[in-house]
This record gives sequence, C-alpha cells and structure tokens, in this order.
Amino acid sequence: MSAPFRTLAADILEATGINAATCYQCGKCSAGCPMAFESDLRPHTMMRLVVQDRREAALAEESIWLCLTCETCSARCPNACDPARVIDALREMSIEAGVADMPRNVAAFHRAFLEQIRTNGRLHEMGMVMEYKLRSGDLIKDVTNAPGMLSRGKLSFRAERIEGVAEIKRIFEKCGVTL
Amino acid sequence: MTDVAYYPGCSLHGTSREFDESLRAVAAELGIGLTEIDDWNCCGASSGHTTDHLLGVALPARNLALAEAQGYDTVVAPCAACYNRLSAARLALATEDGLAEQMPEIIGHRFANSVDVHNAVELLRDASVTIEEKVADTLAPNPLEGVKLAAYYGCLLVRPFEVCGYDDPEQPTSMDEVINACGADDVDWDMKVECCGGAFSVSRTASVLRLGRAIIENARSHGAEAIIVACPLCHSNLDLRQKAMAQRGEEPMPILFVTQMVGLALGLAPVDLGLSRHFVDTEPLIARLVQRAADRVVAEKLAKEEAAAKAAARAEKQKVGAAAASGGAQGGEAP
Amino acid sequence: MSRVGVFVCHCGENIARTVDCEAVVEALKDHPGVAFAEDYKYMCSDPGQQLVKKAIEENDLTGVVVAACSPHMHEKTFRRACDQAGLNQYMCEMANVREHCSWIHEDRGEATAKAIDITRTIVEKVKHNKPLESIRIPVTKRALVIGGGIAGIQAALDIADGGHEVVLVEKEASIGGHMSQLSETFPTLDCSQCILTPRMVEAYQHPNIKLHTWSEVEKVDGYIGNFNVTIRKKARSVNEDLCNGCGDCQAACPAKRIPSEFEAGLGKRTAIYVPFPQAVPNIPVLDRQNCTLFKGRRKGLAKDVCGKCQEVCLKGAVDYDTEDTFIEEEIGAIVVATGFQLYNIGREQPEGLKGYGEYGYGEVPDVIDGLQFERLASASGPTDGAILRPSDGKEPKTVVFVHCVGSRDPEKGISYCSKICCMYNAKHAMLYKHKVHDGRAVAFYMDIRAGGKGYDEFSRRAIEEDGAEYIRGRVSRIFRDGDVVKVWGYDTLSGEQVVIDADMVVLATAMRPQDGVRELAQKLSVSTDEHGFINEAHPKLRPVETNTAGVFVAGACQAPRDIPEAVAMASATGAKVMSLFSADELEREPAVAIVNENTCIGCMNCAKVCAYGAIEQREICTVDGHVCGHVAYVNPGVCQGCGTCQAVCLSKSVELQTFTDEQIFSEINALCYWE
Repeated sequence: MSAPFRTLAADILEATGINAATCYQCGKCSAGCPMAFESDLRPHTMMRLVVQDRREAALAEESIWLCLTCETCSARCPNACDPARVIDALREMSIEAGVADMPRNVAAFHRAFLEQIRTNGRLHEMGMVMEYKLRSGDLIKDVTNAPGMLSRGKLSFRAERIEGVAEIKRIFEKCGVTL
Repeated sequence: MTDVAYYPGCSLHGTSREFDESLRAVAAELGIGLTEIDDWNCCGASSGHTTDHLLGVALPARNLALAEAQGYDTVVAPCAACYNRLSAARLALATEDGLAEQMPEIIGHRFANSVDVHNAVELLRDASVTIEEKVADTLAPNPLEGVKLAAYYGCLLVRPFEVCGYDDPEQPTSMDEVINACGADDVDWDMKVECCGGAFSVSRTASVLRLGRAIIENARSHGAEAIIVACPLCHSNLDLRQKAMAQRGEEPMPILFVTQMVGLALGLAPVDLGLSRHFVDTEPLIARLVQRAADRVVAEKLAKEEAAAKAAARAEKQKVGAAAASGGAQGGEAP
Repeated sequence: MSRVGVFVCHCGENIARTVDCEAVVEALKDHPGVAFAEDYKYMCSDPGQQLVKKAIEENDLTGVVVAACSPHMHEKTFRRACDQAGLNQYMCEMANVREHCSWIHEDRGEATAKAIDITRTIVEKVKHNKPLESIRIPVTKRALVIGGGIAGIQAALDIADGGHEVVLVEKEASIGGHMSQLSETFPTLDCSQCILTPRMVEAYQHPNIKLHTWSEVEKVDGYIGNFNVTIRKKARSVNEDLCNGCGDCQAACPAKRIPSEFEAGLGKRTAIYVPFPQAVPNIPVLDRQNCTLFKGRRKGLAKDVCGKCQEVCLKGAVDYDTEDTFIEEEIGAIVVATGFQLYNIGREQPEGLKGYGEYGYGEVPDVIDGLQFERLASASGPTDGAILRPSDGKEPKTVVFVHCVGSRDPEKGISYCSKICCMYNAKHAMLYKHKVHDGRAVAFYMDIRAGGKGYDEFSRRAIEEDGAEYIRGRVSRIFRDGDVVKVWGYDTLSGEQVVIDADMVVLATAMRPQDGVRELAQKLSVSTDEHGFINEAHPKLRPVETNTAGVFVAGACQAPRDIPEAVAMASATGAKVMSLFSADELEREPAVAIVNENTCIGCMNCAKVCAYGAIEQREICTVDGHVCGHVAYVNPGVCQGCGTCQAVCLSKSVELQTFTDEQIFSEINALCYWE
C-alpha cells in the first residue's frame, strides 16, 4: 500500500521497476494499439497520467480495463517504457484501492474466470461461461453457439478438479487476491 | 524418442480439443514423447496477470515446479497464452528482485526455475527436417502441396521479445517454415502479428469482430486459402465467430491449427486431427485439396507417359535415320 | 636544501567549506623543507599568482606546491607564474585537495586530515623534482585532410590559402561527398551543386592542394608535427595523367545496369564510370567488382572477354593491369572529415543496431530514405527532377514523411537526435509541393528542431505557405496494401489514430558515421564513442581537436551536423593547423622517459610494452666502430609519458621525468611515515 504523499510514478517504479519519465509521448504505442479505436485513453495518455501524478484519474479510468494485453505497445516503444506492464500495475492498484471501473462484462469475465480457478484449479469453460452470464446479466450470450459446441464435443459438463486444489486456494490467499 | 513435459492448458481440454488431439497425433508420428504434467493447474491466462502481478507469476510457477519435480527439463505449452505466461513467469523469476524467494511460501513447492518452455510452433519448426522427410515418404499424395496458407501468429507467440525470443517479433518466420516443410506455400500478408481481440472473446465480442474481420480480409486479399493458427483464442475468435463477422456472399475462410496442417501433410485422417470440430467447415477445403492432389498425380502420370512416348518416337526416328544412312543401298521406307 | 613554498587555496567555498585551509597551512609550515606556507581565497586569480611570485622572490623558494584543484585545471597557470618569478616551472606541483578531497567528502575533520596528507605527500615529491626544459621538436608544415566532402574541402582550402601544402585524400572517385547528392539546401533552397562545385574546382586547381581520389589512408606513424602517412591509391585502371575526361569509355561500357551509389540506388551506372557529370576530378574509375573483364579474370579465363573501354580510349589511358600503389607523405597535422552515412532499416545490421521490422525492413517498394528523395528531386537525378515513385514511375499524390527513423530510438540502438532531419523534411515537403501542386504532403514528427538562423521560419513556411500537414506522433507500422503504402500513425495533439494510404513514404533515417571509421581512428590513435563518432577533446571548449595532439576533426564524423556547422568546424581546424604551423618548432612537455645508457642491459622489455612505439634499440660501438652491445633509447617526440617502460625495466634504468621512482617512493613514504 502506498503512503498518501508518494507519487503515482514512485509507486509504479517500485511495483514494476519502470521509470515513467522515460515516456516522451511520441504516440507510437497508441498508433498501433488495437483498442485505441474504442477507448477514451490510449497507452501513451495512460503513461501521461502516471507522470503527472493523477492517481484518481488513472486508477478510476475505464480504459485500463479495455487493454487487450497484446503487448504491441511495449514491443514498439522506442524507449522501452513497457506501457503494457505499467497498465497491468495500474489495474492491480485500482483493485487494491477499490476504485476499479471495469466495464460490467469485463469485470464479470475476470471474476468468473478467477473463481473457476480458485475452485477447481483448472478452468471449466462451461462453468465459467455460466457464472459469467449470471454476473454480467448477459444471459443470452453465445446461446446460439451452445448446440454447435456441444455437437462438436467442445463442451464438457464435468469440471476437472485437480488434486492440489488446496494449493491453488492457498496461492490466491497468499497473493492477497480480492477480486 | 525425445520426451518432453506437456502442458495442455484449460482450452485444450475444452473448446480447443482439436489442438490437443492433433498435437498428440503429430507428436506420435514425429517420435516426440509428450507426457502431461501431473496435476497441472490453470496458468491464469490474462485474468491472472491483468489483475494481480504476483498471482500472474505464481500460477504458472506451480506448473514449472511440478514439471521440474517430475524430472523434465523442457515443457511444451501449445496454447499461446499459456506459453507466454509460463515463459513470462520464468523470466520474472529469474530477473525480478526477491520474486523467486517468495515463491516456495506461496506455491508450496521449491524449484530451481530450470525448465525451458517451448510452444508448438517451435517444436514443429525444430522438427522441420523430419516433417519434410516424412511427407516425402508418405504414400498418399500430399494434399497440402502448393496450397496457399497464411500463418497467423497473433500477439503472444512472439511478444515481448525478451520473453519469447525464438523469432522476429515483427516479421516472424517460424510458422511459415513449418508451412513450407509441409509442402505448402506461405502467403506474404500484413496481419501476421496483429491482435485478434484475444480475451475479449466473451466479454467484448464486438471488438473481436472488428479486429478479426480485418485479419481475415487481409489474408483473403493476399490469396490465402486457409489461415493457420497456434492459439486457442485466435482460433475461436476467427472460427467460432467468423459467421458473425462475415458479410453476405463471402467465401468462408477455414482456420486450421498448425498441428492439424502438419497432420494432414503426414497423411493422418482429418477426423483424427479434430478437423470436424470446427465451426467453419473444413470438409470442402480438404476435399478440394485431396482432389487437387489426386488430379496432380494423374496429371504427372500423364505427363510422364507423354514424355516417354515422345522419347520413344524420337529414338525410333533416329534408329530409322541411322539405318537409312548406313544401309542406303538397300533402300527402305521410313515408318 | 629544499625550500618549498606551500600555498593552500580556498577556491571560494569549493575547498574551504569542507577543508580547514588554515589548519593545512598550520600543519605544513613547520614540515622539514618547507620555507613558506600560506592560504588564500583564489590562488588562480591574479593576486593569488602574485602571492606565489612574491613568495618565491622573498623566500628563495626552490619548489612550489599549490594545494588546490586538479592539475588539469591550473597546473599551467602556476607553472607560468613560477617561470615568471625565475623558478623552473617543473619545480612546481599541484596537490589536488578539491576533486580528490573536498568535493567527495563531507566530514570536515577527516577531509582536513586527508588534505594535509595529500599536500605533505606532494611536498615530499617536489623535493626530488629536477629543473627540466621543454622538448623542442621540428614541425613539418604540410597538412593531411581525410575526406573530400564539404568539410574536408573547406579545411583544405583554408590551410592552402594560408600558404601551406595540403594532401586531400578521398575514398570515392570524386570529391563532393553527400552535399553533391542534394538537390537544394536549407534554409535558402540554394541549388546544392551550384554552391559546391566552385569549391570543388578551387580545391582541384589550388597549387597548394594535392588531391588523391579513389584513395584511403593506409598507415599513420609518428606524432604531432612529424607524421609519416602511407596512402593507398586504389587501382583506378585509368591513367590520371593521360585521361582527358571525354567520356567515350563510359558510353562504350556494356555493363550498364549497376546500381549507382551516387543515385542512392535509384539509378544505374556503368562499370567504368564518373559518379556524376560535375565530378572532380573528371576522371573515371573502373569498378573491378562489376566489370565483365575482371569477372572473367577472377573466373580464371585465359582470354579477356571485354576491352571496349580500352579500345575506344583515344588517349590510351585505360590500363587493366594497374595495381594499388602506396604513397608516403610527411605530414605535420591531420584533419579528419570523413562525414556520415545514413542508417538503413534493413534486417542486416552492425552490432548494436536493430532494423525496423514494423516498417518492413526496407523491403517495401516506394518506401525510400532522404538521400533517395534528394535524387528524385534533383534535376540531374534519375527522373530529371520529377517526383516519381520508384515502383511504377507514377507521380505520387500523397507522400508521407516520417521523422525520427532510427534517431531518438534507444531500443533500435540510436538514442541521439540527428539534428538535420526536421529541416530537410520541411525542405522535402516544400520541394514536393512545389513540383506536385495538387499533392498531399503529410509529415509525422515528434518535435521540430529548427535552431539555426532562419531555420524555424523555414520550417513554418512549409506548413503555412506550402500546405504541408504536420501530425505530431510516431508511426507504428508501414506496409504495402495493393497499390498504396499504408501508414499507421497517431496524432497526439488531437488524440486520434491516423491511417494514411500513401503513394510514397520518405523515411528520415538517422545520421551515422561512415563504415571503416573505427579502423581509421585506431590508425590515428583517436577514440570514438559508442556510436562510432570521433571523440572531440572537450565537448564545450575544444570541439575540433581530438585527444591526440595534431589530429583535428571537422563535420559529421564527430556528430550529426548541418552544412554551416561542418564548414565552421572545418575553418576552425584550419585555424588550429595554421597556428600549429606558425612556429618552426613545437614545444613538448618534458614528462618523457629517459634511459640511463650506463645501466641499461639492453633487454628491450620496455620496447615490448611501449604502446606508442617510442622506444628503439641503439647500438653501442667501440672506438674503432665495432658494435659491442645495444641499449634502449626513448624518442622524446613520440613518448607520451605513460610510465609503463619504467615499471618493467629490470635494471631500473628508465626513468619517467616528473614521475621518477624516487619521486613516487617519496610520496609513499610521506603517506606512511607522518601521521
């Protein structure tokens, strides 16, 4: 947890080892970002928030949840500012601070996914999709695809639970995952 | 028989079963022993590292520890996301201060971070020579001979370079090499490494449709007859969701796993490679390719016969000519 | 009996804040051999120096120790003061209590104790100093200029006009460098060749300039004022004295499709060729790599398969059997002006650089670099000055100019800014718009660097008057899509992704030093930085000198430079060379090694370790001339005073003046003996 007088940039530096000041706002990351089209903020503007120590704006920003983690920005950044990693850290911090503004479906997906792993150790896709629908309220999602998936043997009704599932629960605890 | 640990990942036991089936079939053909890591857990995919860095390292780390304890020095993770997470965890543990020291307490296992992580494309590329030889040896004509295939790498097979490191992150060639080893032609196209929308497949499908459409259109405009992938999510986004992104009257574009492609070249039956599990029907493509291969065989046979006939005719002419020249006094008619 | 004067400087607060200067004086005033000790606020000031002079006169000092800053700063100052007061300047030493003490410690007590130790040590050393005299060496008043671009030409002209001989060596067939490839120059839009060729001709015809084109520097021996340079004149296959420049050989050559280096790959040339019509000298060179006749010879053919150029030459100037020749020149000063090359974005890269995979590794048609655009725009270029794209010769209606390709990109290996690209991009946008009125010029930039005289106004003209669109943001990808080149960029000012379907893309690639400069630098004993640029002696105050005395540097081989800077640097080196040549003799510091021939056993260990080749073997002869032994001899002109010979001498016969064993041991003893 960061003390109130610490800058956001200092927190990011500690969490990731990245010096946000190396970003000179050239925009190459955002030029190649596949989600720029539909998000308010883009990788370089998110870096700007860090440099300007605009903590609330950064952590409560919805755009950080629209990031695909495709790593295109980090691959092309001339200064190795690794925006993908910085945005990862912003997400983690925003959950910790309790201000995460995840679009409803994205939140539902992450929660359903992680819950599945915590319970079974492996992802039971059908179980996850069910939980996702309940959480997101998007009940008819992919309903038309279900028969096709079933007939192609892609859906299993039974979840695979690993033997070491207690270890997985412990991992979640030790990492302090609250999502 | 080289023996490696096998980390299938959750998708290969579920919606991308065909990747698992075709990989096992091809590995058996190529003499590569795959043994599933006992009691492996989900790597966390994007939900893990996106929400918690430590979780995103710990979940893959447990698998690396298990593989090490089970006596392996190499693990193959065909799913691009699993490959990327396992490799990223390996790198983070080796380079981030204090991270490796935290692991035993969190995951309950000690390990030396000694297991190398590879993906299916690397595995097949390293076996290219064997693939070529076996393709040449296979009795049935190679259905993939000369077919134009677009290699779609997506994001996580080649980026970030520090994590993956086995191919160029902007213009990779490893999958193209495998395509060529199978006798097919790799297509030169522009979306090799552009993201398909990945994890937003379920939660933000509209994005996937937008991105997927651009990929399929570009492959098509460069003459590809099918797109080859090595990632369950890329496959699902381009295959399962192709109908939703297609426009009226467009030819469907079959999406094949790289292992399925190799399996076809090696003469394995499509059903054994899970090719009937796709949403974009692969039967028309395979039927077409098999027909083409058969036609080619016939055409070659005909060409051989014609050439032989021509050669025989020429030889005859020469014989007669020589006879006429030497035995001119005797006369004789030309045939 | 030694009578040493100790002067402790406060250096304002620099020393006094951490070191108690009065305490140092107190500690040393009664030290054996010290006759005078005082402290003062600014020793290097005039009153400070007067203090030293007065003390020398009044106290009959035999040695002076100034406890102050580094000798690099003011050793000369105090030595000069001693000299003026009648004390041999080499009896004066500095004790560094600033860089070695007050600047690096915080505890006053400890720092003062250390300062006393340091000063005492030097006092003990000075007791063993000898009054030395400067070494005088003769100066050969001839200069060598390496590189015949605008910087090299300017330097050569300045020195030649000053009345001294210049040898100008250029590795290409003609002088002129990259400036001869440009169409127009910023900010005046002068025709580049029109302003350059008069200089080229002047250099060629100048009675004091000896021009060697198609030549390289092979070996450099010697030292300032006395260099011996070997120049390799590569086999031209054309006799320069017989050739009259008629051009018949070029017209007759059957190999016509060799990519022309002058046209930056956009045009073709023949195997025997003059690089461009205004080349100086107007004498062709035969490219043996691509010549049909020489290809045949390399294959081992018995009979030569071509010979057209020799046949048509009325002067009999073509000679296929010439070899590289070597010329020895005696030189007093050297100017390095080897210029630059452009970074290329391809797959193959030298160590430390990466190519641009995201821009297609240089394999995308109609994606060209700045020099190639210059050739398109140039009236003497492959398209006669029409802007036509290379792939199909069509006039591009949308041209995208991309700034900072390679430059300011640490991930690709180049962190510096190439300085000229913002200016020449504006120029290119303007030239394009002047020729294609309905064309669209789009420039993707990061910042506009236009600091020269009239530069910012020039770059604004491109936007305000000629309608170039400037978009602030870097480009993520460039690839071919059918008939257009797709450019994925970003406008950071308005916050939108920008996709442009361009007909042609011009990349402003980084300026890099030429290939082969590191090897040349080794020959000259000058250093290069991590990028290969020649290192100047001091970035602020000695920008045209190197750390090797007698070797100067001008132009883009030292850092990215525009033409006015290159010319200014060249003239500056001219002034330095002229000042070097203004005296008949050069004074050198006597801090050189001297061999005691009486004790030397002739093992020549010293010669083996001397990095400068300064030690020779000398024969000892009997009265009747028989050689009875040999000893080592150090050439005082070449010796750089490193002391390595002294360290390896088995018989302790070699002594480095100003750092003899006696002097060094006395310092060590001083440290150990006194508290």
